Parts: sequence; C-alpha cells; structure tokens
Amino acid sequence: MRKALSILLTAAMATSMLAACGSSTPTATQAPAETKAAETQATTAAEAVAEVTEAAKDAAADGETITVGFAQVGHESDWRTASTNSVQSALSKENGIDLQFVDCDNDSAAQLEAVRNFIQQGVDYIVIDPIVSTGWDTVLTEADDAGIPVIVIDRTIDDSDKYVSWVGSEFTNEGLAAGAWLKAYVADKGISEVNALVISGTTGSSAQIGRSDGFDKYVEAEKWNKIDEQTGDFTQEGGQKVMESYLKSYNGQFNVVVCQNDNEAFGAIDAMKAAGVSYGVDGDVIVISFDACTAGLQKVLAGEINADFQCNPLQGPDCLNIIKKLEAGETVDQKTFMAEPWYVAEDKLTDITYTNNSGKEVTEPLVVVDQAVVDAAY
Amino acid sequence: MMGKAKTLTKNQLFLPFAMMMLVLLINLVKSPDFFAINIQNGVLYGRIIDILNRGSEIAILAVGQTLVVAVSAGTDISVGSVMSLTACGTCMMLAGYGVNSTTTLAVPLAVGILFGLALSMCCGAFNGFLVSKLNIQPMVATLILFTAARAIGLLLCNNQITYIRYEPYKYFGNFIPGCPVPTAIFITVIVVSIVMLFLKKTAMGLYIQSVGINKRAARISGLSSSRICFFCYLICGLCAGIAGIVASSRIYSADSNNIGLNYELDSILAVALGGNSLGGGRFNMAGSIIGAYTIQAITVTLLAMGVSTDQAPVVKAVIVILIVTAQAPAFKAYISERRAKKLVQEKITQNKEAA
Repeated sequence: MRKALSILLTAAMATSMLAACGSSTPTATQAPAETKAAETQATTAAEAVAEVTEAAKDAAADGETITVGFAQVGHESDWRTASTNSVQSALSKENGIDLQFVDCDNDSAAQLEAVRNFIQQGVDYIVIDPIVSTGWDTVLTEADDAGIPVIVIDRTIDDSDKYVSWVGSEFTNEGLAAGAWLKAYVADKGISEVNALVISGTTGSSAQIGRSDGFDKYVEAEKWNKIDEQTGDFTQEGGQKVMESYLKSYNGQFNVVVCQNDNEAFGAIDAMKAAGVSYGVDGDVIVISFDACTAGLQKVLAGEINADFQCNPLQGPDCLNIIKKLEAGETVDQKTFMAEPWYVAEDKLTDITYTNNSGKEVTEPLVVVDQAVVDAAY
Repeated sequence: MMGKAKTLTKNQLFLPFAMMMLVLLINLVKSPDFFAINIQNGVLYGRIIDILNRGSEIAILAVGQTLVVAVSAGTDISVGSVMSLTACGTCMMLAGYGVNSTTTLAVPLAVGILFGLALSMCCGAFNGFLVSKLNIQPMVATLILFTAARAIGLLLCNNQITYIRYEPYKYFGNFIPGCPVPTAIFITVIVVSIVMLFLKKTAMGLYIQSVGINKRAARISGLSSSRICFFCYLICGLCAGIAGIVASSRIYSADSNNIGLNYELDSILAVALGGNSLGGGRFNMAGSIIGAYTIQAITVTLLAMGVSTDQAPVVKAVIVILIVTAQAPAFKAYISERRAKKLVQEKITQNKEAA
C-alpha cells in the first residue's frame, strides 16, 4: 500500500515539476525582455510600413511572393508579444510576403529544427530571434549553402557570422543617451554639480553592461561624481531596497538617480517618497529610467521620472526594409539599430546632438510625454 | 559573579544574541551613525529601523520554520514559493483575473487577503498531509510546492506582474498614515506573540518537542503525533502567507518571479543561527527570531558599507560560517577540552611550585 502510494506520489511530483518547469522557463528569459518594455510608436511604424508597401505592391504585381520563415523565441512577455506582432504585421500578405511563423517556446533545439525546416522548404529569407547565442554555426552554414539570407533580430549570435544583418537595440547607446540628455538638462537648469547614484540591472546582462558603459563615458568626460552603483536586479523591490540604503548613506549628497529599468525606478521613487525627498520635475533629485513601458511613461507624465529611454521591440519594419533592399540587390548594414525615442517630462529642450556608440554625430529629438503617448504604449 | 557569567553564557540564547551584537559592533566601529534613528517625513528613519522592517518577512517565516524543524527534523523549503503564490492569489483576487493594474478593487481588501491566506494554508495543509500522514521526507514533500507554487501563482496572474494601486493595500509593507512605525514590525510582533503565547499557555510546545524527539514514544504516551506534525506545517504555511502579503504590499504588486526568492534558505538559516538543532526536538523560538534579524543585519550592513549586492552573498557566507562554527557542538567541546587541559596544566605547575 505504502509502496503504491509512494510510486503515485513520485509520479505526481514528476508531473508537477514538469509543469512547473514548463511554465517557469519562459519567465526565466523574461529578464532581458522585461528591460525592453517598449512603446508601439504607432505612427513611425505605420509610415515605414506604408512606404515599403508601395514597393512591395510593385513586387507583388510582378507576381512573385516572397516567402519568409520566422523562428521566434516564444511569448514570455509583453515585450516579446509586441515584437512578434510587429514582424507579423510588417511581413504581411499586403506587403507581398508569405510569412511562416514558428513560436519556439524557448526551446533552442526546436528553434534549430524550425530553421532546418525552413531551409528544406526553400524559403527566400529566414528571420531568427536566437534563444541562445551559440550553436548556430552548422545550421547557418547550411542556410548559406542553400543561398538563403538570414536576418537576426533582438538577441545576438556569437559563433557564426553567416547572417546578412542583425536588427536590435544598442544598449550602450541607451546609456549614452541618458548621459547626453543629463548633460544638456543640467546645463539648461544651471546645475553645476552632478552627484549621481546608479541602480543597475542584473549584473552581466547585456542591458546592464551597455547602459552602464554608455553612462560611464559621460561620467568620465563631464567629470561627474558617480557616488555609488549597486544592482537592483531589474526588480521593484531591488530598486526600493538599494534606494533605502542610499538615502541613509548619502543623505542630501546626491541630485541624480539613474535606474536601469522602469521597475527599479518605481521602487526608488517609493523609497524617496517615504523618506520625504523631493524628486522628479520640480524636485531636488533628477530621476532617469530606461524601458519606457506604459507604467513608466505614466510616471514621466506625472513628472516623477524626468527622462525615460526606450528599448524598442518593433523590429518588423526594419526587417521589411532589409528584405526590400536585398530584393533590389542593394547591400545592407551588418547591424541595424532600432530607433529608440527619448521620452522626457518637460518641453524645455527640443533636441540633443550627441556622438553615438559607432562614433556618428546624431541629433535626437526629445519626445514630451502626453496622454496620447502613454495610450500608444503597449 | 563568576557563576552568574557562566549561567549567562550557558543560556541557549547567549550565542545567537552575541552574534547579533557582534554584527552590530562592526557597524559601531565602522560608522556610528548606523545607529542613528530620527523622525523624517513623519516616520521613524534609520538603518536599525530598516533591519526591523525588512527583516519582518524572514522573522515571520522563521516562526513557522522553527515549528516544522522541531516537529519533523526536516525543513519546509516551499515557504518562498508559497509567499509568491499568496501574493499572486491576493492580487489576482483584488484586481480580477487578467487585469494587470488596477486602482479600484474588484472585491473588498479583506476578502482578497483572506483568500491569499487561505491559499497559503492549503499549501501548508498539503505539505502537512504528505509529511504527517504519508511519512514522506519533509524536504521531498515540500519540494513539490517549491517548484509548483510559484508557477501556479504565475498562472493566476496571467503571466504578468499585477499591480494594486490602491492606497490601503500599501499599508502592510509600508506605513499607515500618521503612524511612524513601519506596519511590518507590528505584524511581526503580533504573529510572534500569538505563537509564543500559544506555546506558553498550552502544552503545545512540549508536545511538539516530544514528537520531534521521538514520534513513536510520543504516540505511545498518548499524543497524536501526526496531528501535531500536520498542525505545525499548517502554521508554517500560514506564516509564509502573511510574509507573502507583506512582501507584496511593499511593491503593491505580485511579482511572481521575485517575491520570496531564496527566502526558504534565509528562514532555515535563521533557525540554525538561533541555535536550534536541525535534527528536531528541542527548539527555541526567540533564538530563531534573533537569527532572522541577524541575517537582515548582515544584509543591511553590507549595503551600508557599499559592498556590491552581487558580492554580498560571499561575505554573508563567511559570516555565517563563523557563526555556525562558533555554535557547533564539536567546536564547543574542543574549546572546553582545551580549557580543562589548561586548568590541569596550571594545577600541575602550581603543585610543583608548592613542592
């Protein structure tokens, strides 16, 4: 009797663990994606699509439909869903493209299988959002041999260069953007001294490394005083805890707080509120955040976050552009960085010119957040 | 005088308490303003308050964990996940299924919280059933909910972080307007005193000890061993639920991935630091509570010293090794043996001199 029961229980446990694994794996990968919460940017996307639609209509009129295989990571977060929808709506029938979509559910073996399948079917293009960054050499060589161009989006592939282009976010640029904005903002406000506290993301994540590197360049160049940098793990509780400690260690000694995602910013804001420190637009402390998800933009609208730098999930239009260029026989850039708007709470500055990570001088407009911008966010 | 000092050091609470003092002493040397407490923005403000406030979850968990360890010589490793499930259940109930941010509640606050606590008690009952009735090893039995509870919470919240932007919901983990003391401290005091009073006023504490020392002997002497064991797991589940609601209230949301993450380890550590044997039997609730605050004191100390939160676990591990070694019976035996040898040596030399 007891034996039977123990067998039954082992089985139950195994299934429950499997179930747990099944539903918790997507959340594990949520970390990088969560930091990339983004805004739909409806107008720009629509314009880009409309523009390309014209060209594609010509192609479709010629009677050739382009087939594209898309192997997506999964559907673990709102950010990912926004990414999927963007690609699906850009690479659509109206644009002369027959899209085959495979949701790989965060299973890298399944993703390799899906790509091999695309090669066998002889699709014209393959779009991959690689679940893991290694193990791609063989299958990309197969694609190369078959003459199928591969476009990589969002995450990167490290062990093969047999893809034509990569479309994604440049995290270092996001860090540089924060620095450039802060430089212009303090100059405008007449603040002579910058004493910054940084609440960084999960140590070692690409978002954390890039955002820290970019901002540090400005800290060094402008001789700002970066008092401390501790990690809040991209969570609200982490941001709150670190800020509580900062408030006691550096009471009244800082005037800038940089949070590497919106959730950390929410926590830091709560901690400052509880301690009676004034922050935001009319406060003593300037709050900078990244992501620009809906809730983050609401805080910008309320004047609690001074500036929020977006991490854009809408790779669709850029993919379509690359395919269009390749069809026309043009060469494409090895890397395409997403347009990532800078959201601010005040309309004092209109645009900022800065040198981005690839050494180019760029003028970036500042988007003042209003209700329409918040509503357009996903 | 000497005798008094001896009875003091012999007290089971002496070592945990001394360890806590040691951690605080480091801070006293390093920066005396660690102990500064003042009123800022109408509330108590200071690192000591932070320790008491942020340590609440571990302290509440330690209460339940102590009972479980005492009664079954095993640990409940599901408490962190149950915290997460409770938070998700409560927020899901308050916001309504599928809603990920709300300013008005779908059901009264009390209903949501009672639902969450009921969920946590179900978890406790499930663990208790497996351990007491089916005699499954506690770690194996609680492993089920350790893996599953967090995932169930995620399902309840429709794979999203559910925000309750309703002011009173924030009270449990923050402040009640007009009250300068963090609410979490009150909650901890209430939980601890109810359990302590219960153990003191009834014979339950004694029963738990006897079941922990020898289940069969307790059974033969007329105690329902399995019922007492079940009861302890039930209380442990409820404690995890209360801790979960406090943690959720701090961020007024249910972040199923992060609430209660690794708290099961902290709660077990608190029990061990409190000088309790993980082998069950005799237990000391006050020791566990002190242990819980010691852990939080270490965390706050490291944060205050600017040790990066990534490296903090390493320093924490070193401190814990020291504390646990100092309390280990083998180490204690070695010290007393050395002392005895020294005494004998002294006696011998004295005798020689006299001669």
